[in-house]
Amino acid sequence: MAAAEAYNVTHRFGNLTAVDNVSFSIGEGELFGFIGPDGSGKTTLFRIAATLVIPSDGRMTLFGLDTVRDYKELRNHIGYMPGRFSLYQDLTVQENLDFYATIFGTTIKENYHLIEPIYKQIEPFRKRLAGKLSGGMKQKLALSCALIHKPKILILDEPTTGVDAVSRTEFWEMLSGLKAEGITIIVSTPYMDEALRCDRIALIQSGKIMGIDTPDNIRKSYTKRLYAVRHPEKYKLLLALRSLPLALSCEPFGDSVHITLPEGTRPDDIISILNTAGLPDASITEIIAGIEDVFLELMKRES
Amino acid sequence: MNEQKVIEVDSLVKKFGSFVANNNLTFDVYKGEIFGFLGANGAGKTTAIRILCGLSRPSSGKVKVAGIDAAHNPEEIKKRIGYMSQRFSLYEDLTVSENIELYGGIYGMRMKEIRTRTPELLSRLNFTGYADTLIRSLPLGLRQKLAFAVAVFHEPEIVFLDEPTSGVDPITRRQFWEMIYETAGNGITVFVTTHYMDEAEYCDRVTIMNEGRIVALDTPAALRQKYGTASVEELFVKITRPKKESV
Repeated sequence: MAAAEAYNVTHRFGNLTAVDNVSFSIGEGELFGFIGPDGSGKTTLFRIAATLVIPSDGRMTLFGLDTVRDYKELRNHIGYMPGRFSLYQDLTVQENLDFYATIFGTTIKENYHLIEPIYKQIEPFRKRLAGKLSGGMKQKLALSCALIHKPKILILDEPTTGVDAVSRTEFWEMLSGLKAEGITIIVSTPYMDEALRCDRIALIQSGKIMGIDTPDNIRKSYTKRLYAVRHPEKYKLLLALRSLPLALSCEPFGDSVHITLPEGTRPDDIISILNTAGLPDASITEIIAGIEDVFLELMKRES
Repeated sequence: MNEQKVIEVDSLVKKFGSFVANNNLTFDVYKGEIFGFLGANGAGKTTAIRILCGLSRPSSGKVKVAGIDAAHNPEEIKKRIGYMSQRFSLYEDLTVSENIELYGGIYGMRMKEIRTRTPELLSRLNFTGYADTLIRSLPLGLRQKLAFAVAVFHEPEIVFLDEPTSGVDPITRRQFWEMIYETAGNGITVFVTTHYMDEAEYCDRVTIMNEGRIVALDTPAALRQKYGTASVEELFVKITRPKKESV
């Protein structure tokens, strides 16, 4: 049985279609990522999955149970971590955890093994008010609270937004640990590089899913040959490449600019043109497309 | 980039009780430079930015922003800088032109000048026709571009951008950085924080803070070479991870 299935789910707020005819099927035990910017519909979709919003059209099921009709039963099996920190700021770390355990009819002790790797990192601060925790600690407490009733599925809405690169890496390591426990995880993120941590991903933009596959296959779906051009004068390089009729697409990617070339153009041609354009010693190498290359390509195709 | 210093920080210390949030920071930022300010959450970035913006005073050390002493004359600093944060940028229930008027006014511009220059600002952003649109109904990417334009509308010497591209789609994120390049090209210094490590590569120089101190400061290329890493991201993890065991 699938852990989560969406059948043509649409959700409107007035004139705005936040989720636009979305369908997918997520297997049990999968770590599934929704990758897309703010305003792409991720949060609305996750609220529907968490039984908190009734979709305008279509339906969603988790483990065969309908998110609208069977919401009471389903809530026992869902661990939901909203994007905004929503624990009780004026309760301590331990009081928050106790509270969540109690409303789900369990105790911290009963499922301690599940939260242990995460919770033990904040346990020294268990008497501190949740509102006084650092961002990284709040995140760990929220995840512990979402896990304390031993849910079958975790729904994590942008758990790593605004979190530094190191803490993000640590968070994804925690998720791998939970996946190993057999918990299905649906997670959303605006950071394209995090897609590689998922079993499968959906690229989402303007309420629509632009592609669904393993990160590897998504990258392979980029059929053109892609090159990275480098020169210390990054902005000059970008402007020079963009003015070339030869470069089909041209996007800055950190220390390089990614370009695609028409048939018959050799990468060396680009170097000699840059040379005459006053950018000597530029380098060009063929590269494998990343998730963000594909995302940019799909966005341009949609618009 | 030229050699004129726009920010001068010498032995800056900021304490909250016994907690040392900024531990002896020393650095300069030059006119027209894009200066990336990186660090883990809780490393002390926000504290330092608040001092540079005249919102908080140093416990000790010398801080000059646009030539003005941050300890003695913070109010004067506020007039010379622009500021944009990811969390709160524009008033959602005001229109585009109302926001421009409000911020222009707060930054000390005359209404006449605001009115004369608004059409040019809107056309540069491809916003013509949006003047009377409520911010609430604009997509996030457009809002962030407008917020940036508003923060430099009064032609400050420095603009502080605090995670300006957080959650923004990849196309707009790139357009945003081009606005940064243009702004710096016009001689306005850009002081920027980000969690996107690819964006760190776009900066002229980056500094990495860890536990209240500056642990690295140089061009991205020089830092990558010094630490033998392929990217600034790897470098960041290498520098900040070993000390982060205490959560």
